[in-house]
Amino acid sequence: MTMMMDRLRSADRRPAPVAADGARGPLLTVDGLAKHYGARIGCTGVGFDLWPGEVLGIVGESGSGKTTLLKAIAGLVAPDAGSIRYDAGAGPVEVRALSEPERRRLMRTDWAFVHQNPRDGLRMGVSAGANVGERLMARGQRHYGRIRGAALDWLARVEIAGARLDDRPSAFSGGMQQRLQIARNLVSEPRLVFMDEPTGGLDVSVQARLLDLIRALVRELGLSAIVVTHDLAVVRLLADRLMVMKDGRVVEAGLTDQVLDDPAHAYTQLLVSSILQV
Amino acid sequence: MSGHENASGAAGAEAYNFAYLDEQTKRMIRRAILKAVAIPGYQVPFASREMPMPYGWGTGGVQVTAACLTAEDRLKVIDQGADDTTNAVSIRKFFERTAGVKTTEETEQATIIQTRHRIPEAPLAEGQIMVFQVPIPEPLRFLEPRETETRKMHALEEYGLMHVKLYEDISVHGHIATTYAYPVLVEGRYVMDPSPIPKFDNPKLDDSPALMLFGAGREQRIYALPPHTRVQSLDFEDHPFDRGHWDEDCALCGDAGSYLDEVITDDAGGRIFVCSDTAHCRARRQAGHAGAASAPYEEAGA
Repeated sequence: MTMMMDRLRSADRRPAPVAADGARGPLLTVDGLAKHYGARIGCTGVGFDLWPGEVLGIVGESGSGKTTLLKAIAGLVAPDAGSIRYDAGAGPVEVRALSEPERRRLMRTDWAFVHQNPRDGLRMGVSAGANVGERLMARGQRHYGRIRGAALDWLARVEIAGARLDDRPSAFSGGMQQRLQIARNLVSEPRLVFMDEPTGGLDVSVQARLLDLIRALVRELGLSAIVVTHDLAVVRLLADRLMVMKDGRVVEAGLTDQVLDDPAHAYTQLLVSSILQV
Repeated sequence: MSGHENASGAAGAEAYNFAYLDEQTKRMIRRAILKAVAIPGYQVPFASREMPMPYGWGTGGVQVTAACLTAEDRLKVIDQGADDTTNAVSIRKFFERTAGVKTTEETEQATIIQTRHRIPEAPLAEGQIMVFQVPIPEPLRFLEPRETETRKMHALEEYGLMHVKLYEDISVHGHIATTYAYPVLVEGRYVMDPSPIPKFDNPKLDDSPALMLFGAGREQRIYALPPHTRVQSLDFEDHPFDRGHWDEDCALCGDAGSYLDEVITDDAGGRIFVCSDTAHCRARRQAGHAGAASAPYEEAGA
């Protein structure tokens, strides 16, 4: 694992994110976001910018509000306060002020959400091809041959054999299900992908291949992504920038290598020192 | 309204109001029907009543029929196209006793036709009302189990999921293998389950001069197609809708264009195909048409 990490890091570390065309602002701007569960804090006072092509990691221990934050940004739970501005190319738009049809359209075209458990993100009752094709059909594609072609193409891109196209996801291994979920989300060519523990529950060799795949896809498609994980190796490989959360608040943020190699906050130091060295 | 009171007296069911339901209930159902007619394809909730028959036997259709019936109506009831099967006979008898209306087996003579699983072969005319018995009104139900979510999908016209089902059909069977309850798009807006009629009957829904009412008793929904509504069967560009066909003609009346039932005739693989619409088949035989297995036509009881 460590060897592979070193190889990947030295070989093709992404350049620091800058707005490619200079003129464009951040893709996503989050400000003062809060979600409370009654008197308890889910997350509070969270703010950051996400630039086009950038991958932001969110780390922290269980219960620190990572997933709540991700779901609040993605609109899966309604935030209590704060603003989320998204720039689809025509200037920033306040997502929370969008009408429900507009928000749902955004969710299934420009955005994508990769769930920790692939069963939450897949339709287990229909074939892999139908899973990948669903977003295309939701956008109005009505040509069976072309939908199937696109599904086949995407299965190849996530390294699933084309012969499995008509198999149901329930016949897939955990790693394949997760890759299928990624294909199903990326087929609509989203600009922003939310990932909640994308490697959770997978063994390390499968994790490593999945991370390789996600890295390649993110770079190839120029995606922006927000990745929530408790696994620091995952963010080390994927994320350009890092936010560390504790008790619903962001305690430290910065470039990934900077945060991990030179943690400033006591909690981050604890987190980094807790990694098992094999 | 008061004209209906005790109209059933002669039929021997004095204790009941005309057509079994009380006037307030009929009023409630009529309101739901009017709303359904105003929004073609939209499922209107209504306070479905317990009927003296089990759910699944057409309690929705019976309530819609009861709300539409007048003393002058002539009722036809069919089940799978036949006038003489259990469901059809018992519902027809129910309204003969509780409403005292005249009944008929001829499609052209009927003003209200309650049906389970078929639309008659004879073309419907202006002024006729078709009442469908619907088991599950929600076309998205087997793909999305949450009612809150399916309602939202209808509201926002998010119908991609319906095509996921058709896609799955083609990938498994090589063609769209949905043969009944084939989903339709109504006036370019609502996706609707046409009740479990065979897809063969789907084209009859389009631009029909008759009023089509759909009642689901257990699920408490009423929906409607007003006359001359545009109804398209969903399909793919490269797998267009096909109503299906038979290689055989009706063995009794020789009709090559009606919906056929397969009838097993012995235990050695013998089978014939006959019209599912019994009234249509009898009318053709009466007019002198004959099929491969038919004896000369005789009136029943002659």
